Amino acid sequence: METNSNNFGELQELKDMATLAKLLARAPFLESQYYFRNRAVDSFRKFENDAAVMIQSWFRGCQVRAYMRHLNRVVTIIQKWWRSYLGRKFYQLVVEAAYYTMKMNLYNEMAVRIQRRWRGFRIRKYCFNYYYLKEYLRAVSETNDAIREALEEFAEMKEREERKVLLEREEKQKDYQARKMHYLLSTKQISGIYNSPFREHPDPWELRLQKAKPLGHQKYTAEKGKTSQSPSNWLACTSVHSFPQSESLPPISRKRCQGPFRDINEVLEQRYKPLEPTLRVAEPINHLRLAREAFKQEERMRNVQDKMFLPFSSYHKKEKYIPMIHSSSAYNSDSYGQKHFRSQDSKKWISDKDFQTVLPSFQLFSKYGKLYSKAGEIV
Amino acid sequence: MSQRQVLQVFELYQNARTRFVQMVAEQATKPQNIETLQNAGIMSLLRPLLLDVVPTIQQTAALALGRLANYNDDLAEAVVKGDILPQLVYSLAEQNCVYKKAAAFVLRAVGKHSPQLAQATVDCGALDSLVICLEDFDPGVKEAAAWALAYIARHNAELSQAVVDAGAVPLLVLCIQEPETALKRIAASALSDISKHSPELAQTVVDVGAIAHLAQMILNPDEKLKQQVLSALSHIAKHSVDLAEMVVEAEIFPVVLTCLKDKDDFVKKNACTLIREIAKHTPELSQLIVNAGGVAAVIDCIGSCKGNIRLPGIMMLGYMAAHSENLAMAVIISKGVPQLSDCLSEEPEDHIKAAAAWALGQVGRHTPEHARAVAITNTLPVLLALYMSPESSEDLQVKSKKAIKNIIQKCTYLPALEPFLYDAPPNILKYVAGQFSKVLPHDSKARRLFVTSGGLKKIQEIKAEPGSILQEYINNINSCYPEEIVRYYSPGYSDILLQRIDSYQPLIN
Repeated sequence: METNSNNFGELQELKDMATLAKLLARAPFLESQYYFRNRAVDSFRKFENDAAVMIQSWFRGCQVRAYMRHLNRVVTIIQKWWRSYLGRKFYQLVVEAAYYTMKMNLYNEMAVRIQRRWRGFRIRKYCFNYYYLKEYLRAVSETNDAIREALEEFAEMKEREERKVLLEREEKQKDYQARKMHYLLSTKQISGIYNSPFREHPDPWELRLQKAKPLGHQKYTAEKGKTSQSPSNWLACTSVHSFPQSESLPPISRKRCQGPFRDINEVLEQRYKPLEPTLRVAEPINHLRLAREAFKQEERMRNVQDKMFLPFSSYHKKEKYIPMIHSSSAYNSDSYGQKHFRSQDSKKWISDKDFQTVLPSFQLFSKYGKLYSKAGEIV
Repeated sequence: MSQRQVLQVFELYQNARTRFVQMVAEQATKPQNIETLQNAGIMSLLRPLLLDVVPTIQQTAALALGRLANYNDDLAEAVVKGDILPQLVYSLAEQNCVYKKAAAFVLRAVGKHSPQLAQATVDCGALDSLVICLEDFDPGVKEAAAWALAYIARHNAELSQAVVDAGAVPLLVLCIQEPETALKRIAASALSDISKHSPELAQTVVDVGAIAHLAQMILNPDEKLKQQVLSALSHIAKHSVDLAEMVVEAEIFPVVLTCLKDKDDFVKKNACTLIREIAKHTPELSQLIVNAGGVAAVIDCIGSCKGNIRLPGIMMLGYMAAHSENLAMAVIISKGVPQLSDCLSEEPEDHIKAAAAWALGQVGRHTPEHARAVAITNTLPVLLALYMSPESSEDLQVKSKKAIKNIIQKCTYLPALEPFLYDAPPNILKYVAGQFSKVLPHDSKARRLFVTSGGLKKIQEIKAEPGSILQEYINNINSCYPEEIVRYYSPGYSDILLQRIDSYQPLIN
């Protein structure tokens, strides 16, 4: 490696020495060439100077124009950005205004809609409701038609019933007439006035007379009808028979009836004899029991209270003595000397008999309310 | 034998007295005998027989007195002057039912003629005895007593108040609940006569619970009972709104509408009267009637009746239409206006025509719709004829004019108004012209029709004072048309043209 580097440096030094030698050789011609050249150029110096000035002017013009173009380009960019910035700002304002306008228009439209609904609602609720009026008038019309139909039906039904009643009455009257004129019916031998032999068919009354049953004698019915008093039409009475019947006086003279009859005086005496009750009817037989019940009732009435008078000795007999907790113990006291004085073991008795009670205990009020008093008696 | 003869004399005397009172009572039923009986001094002869020992003679004498007093007020006054009433009143509490009926009959016959005679029966203490009779077991006695009380109460408010103070109203309400139809009738009639005078008396009847029992009997098949029941409810309902509402609360609708289809005319009339007395108070009560379908039933009832029977129905429609325009429209769509128009044309009586005119005025006065509904039935010329007729009564003329004014001022149906331009008097022509001046500026078709039918020509012929309302209306009408049209139809236009022909100088070349 060192070998290569040394070779290259030496060669270079050699070449440089040769060039120097050549240049030093040409040094004396240089001043004369410079002079001659300048003298030859002086004739073209103005021309070339003008040409150089023109070239420089052009170049400088080109340079300035390029710079101006550059500046203009930069200014254009700056103005473009600024204008777009201003435009965006203005556009934003316009957009905001348009948005505000649109919003207000929408609000107004909605308000108009709301107010229209509200106005309609208010008018329909408080002033006048056209649809409700139409509905109401239609309902009134329907109600009217229904009522007219119902009333027409009702009147028709009543008329039908009345016609039926009339027909029934007429039929009953005809039946009564037929029963009354039953004697005009034809017999097997003699034709009646409704069964003419000169006609082909008998009169319809003939058939009716055949069906009817003849009326019986009306003697008692007529008499009963005459004497009947109808209280509802008494004010309209116009005949003698409708006056109320006066009380009949007793008959003054009457001839004795012929035949096996009793004397009329005996009959009347028996008829108008007053009531003679038996002793059982006239006087009650249970007066003793009634008197006792009355006495009991009176006694029960005079009692202040019906309950037995409790605070006396009989009351304590029902209660059991509860001793104090301090004076009681598990070991009960012996009943000897408390309840009895004699031993209960009969084998230890002296005699075979028990003691006998001579006097009763002092129980003043124990027998209150009992039926019979046994005071002093041996119980 | 002598005992029998003595008894025979007494029997003869008794039979003679009995025959006397019976014959007198029988003769008293014929009107031509009354004067002769009166001249014969029948009152003096009958008075001691009221105190007879035989009850039959007492009863028949009382019956004869009742029949005599029933005929006229002179005989009733003779009964009062003869001091017969105190004896009857005294005996009312102690006698049997036949005598009670006869005595009540006498009291009724005396009390029915005049308020003074009724006051005389009240003064002698008849009311207390009659009220005691109302508690009797016999329905005939109760009926007779209720009848007498009704006749006393119907004269005026003071007598009704006396009947109420005697304690009759609760007993009458009990009588209404009895099964006998005749007793129900008379008791309802008595309650009606008590209720009709004043609101306080009606309130007394209502306070004892009469309305419920009366309302139950609306469907009773008896016609006279229905008449009295409906009359009683009408008289209760007519005084105040509260009483009308109490009647309505008894649920009489739609039951009462069946009475409008009854065969008896007075049942129909009283049913219409009841509905009218309810409808006239408030719009709410009228609305209740509309909801129950009462308007259609009343209109059909008006169509099926004649004369005074339809008068309350006509008034009911008028009262209902007067309340509000909705109710008037209900009357219109129930086909009330043609029916009222028929009433106006058919009826011969002026007061019924006046009521129909008033009702039509109430129906037509609300809106142009209502006025048109009245106008298309061709009612307005009939009203105008009734107004212009010299035979019409003053009330009919006043009501017709008012109806015409009310209808015309709302009418925009111009074909109905044009006949008025030819026939109407100036005081009605004013309203007609006013209506034309209001309608013509807004309706070009009407303007054309007005010209072609000759109305504009007729308007120009009207002579109105300058500065009056009629002239102002005519000017308004003329301003709806071009000047040439107005000048063409002015009076005297052809003469002016002829004068121009005469005065024209043709140019001769």
